[in-house]
Parts: sequence; structure tokens; C-alpha cells
Amino acid sequence: MSEAAVKTVRKPRPKYLNLQALIFEIRLPLPGWVSILHRISGALLFVALLWLLWMLDRSLSSEAAFDRIKHYAGLWPVKLSLLGLVWAYCHHFCAGIRYLFLDLDKGVDLETARLTSWVVLGASIILTAFLGLKIW
Amino acid sequence: MTNRIVTGAHYGLRDWLAQRITAVVMAVYSVIAVIVLLTSKPITYGVWRDLFAQGWMRVATLLFMASLAWHAWVGVRDILMDYIKPAGLRLALEVLVLLTIAAYAGWTIQILWR
Repeated sequence: MSEAAVKTVRKPRPKYLNLQALIFEIRLPLPGWVSILHRISGALLFVALLWLLWMLDRSLSSEAAFDRIKHYAGLWPVKLSLLGLVWAYCHHFCAGIRYLFLDLDKGVDLETARLTSWVVLGASIILTAFLGLKIW
Repeated sequence: MTNRIVTGAHYGLRDWLAQRITAVVMAVYSVIAVIVLLTSKPITYGVWRDLFAQGWMRVATLLFMASLAWHAWVGVRDILMDYIKPAGLRLALEVLVLLTIAAYAGWTIQILWR
């Protein structure tokens, strides 16, 4: 192969990451999406625990406070946020079980890993919908 | 000269295992909690208060929070190690996270045994 041909094939390296590359150019494989969502949902739950503990504290303090929290939880922005946290918990739960199996060397081949990624994403959404319907 | 990285030593396997064991503890609690809550509808203040007045529920919730504390510490520290490069800033954030976890745990005890 001539030197010119080599040059046309080569992509510019090293490639520096910027916001545009992160959003538009990098295509995460499906298990990668499960992984990053596992991390995001975990971080979100850690921060949101402050709010959840506050609601638990109020709801157990007195009957009047319980009723206020119940009313507060019924407001649509609160409801939507809680539903988001229910999803975060369900996703973290389902993806976590998948990782426990991966740790035991179960389902590590590409085909199974992709399939279980779909199962995790689907199951967490179905669980969220089910719990959401049960709660409200 | 040895070029040491500021992360400490000898906790890798222990924390890796702890994160998985605490995950199983929390998963079991979650499943039990969901079943209890779904079978005792409608949840009035009385039902809610009586649930958390029971000894087993208080101890189980405390075990859940203890598991969460260790689990979240390993997880958040992993995130900080991945994204925060300056050692001083990372250490400061790690201390902040530890204090937050201690406060969460203390508050939980206060809520359960008020």
C-alpha cells in the first residue's frame, strides 16, 4: 500500500473528547447504557435520600404531618419526581441483579449480555409502571 | 522513589465483596417491604405508624440503612475516583460524602426510635 493510501484510511488520533463528541459521536453499546444508567441512578438515589428521609420523618411524626405529606406527595411535580426515583431504584435493582450474575460468570457472552440488558431496561420500566399504578 | 497514588491500600476486595453482600440485604428488604405495603392497603397513618412500631421492622430498616451506608460509600467513592482527578478535591468530597452518610444513618436511628 502506498503512503497516500495509508493516510486516507487513518483517522486523526489521538481523539480528544469534548461535549459534542460525548453526545453525538460516541455510541454506547446496550450494556454500556445499562452500566451508565446504573451509575446515574445510584448517584441520584444517594442525593435524593435526604428528601426521602425527610418525608419518612414527617410521615411518622404525627397524623396531621402524615396527611400533609400525603397531600404533598400527590402534587404532580412531587409525584413525577417520586416516579423518577422509583424508576431509579428499579433500574438499580434490576441492573444490580444482572451484575451479580456477571460476577458469577453467568451471561458474559455478547449475545446473552445484550439480551439481559434489554431485559433489565424493560423490566425496570414495567416495574416502575406497576408500582406507580399501585401507589396512586 | 516510589510513586504512590493517594487511595490507600488493602480495601479493594473487601469493599467489592461488601458492596455485593449489602446489595443482597437491601434487595431482600425491598421485596419484603413492597409485599407488606401492597398487602396492607389502604395505608392510613395508623397502619404506617404500627408498621414502624414493630421491633422487626425497626431492626430490618436499620440493617437496610447500614447496608445502604456501606454500599453507597463504595459506589460514590468509585464515581469520585473515576471523575475527580485532583487528590485534594477528591479527598474533600470523600469526607463530605462520609459525613453525609453518617448523618443519614444517625437520622434514620432518630426516626425509627423517636
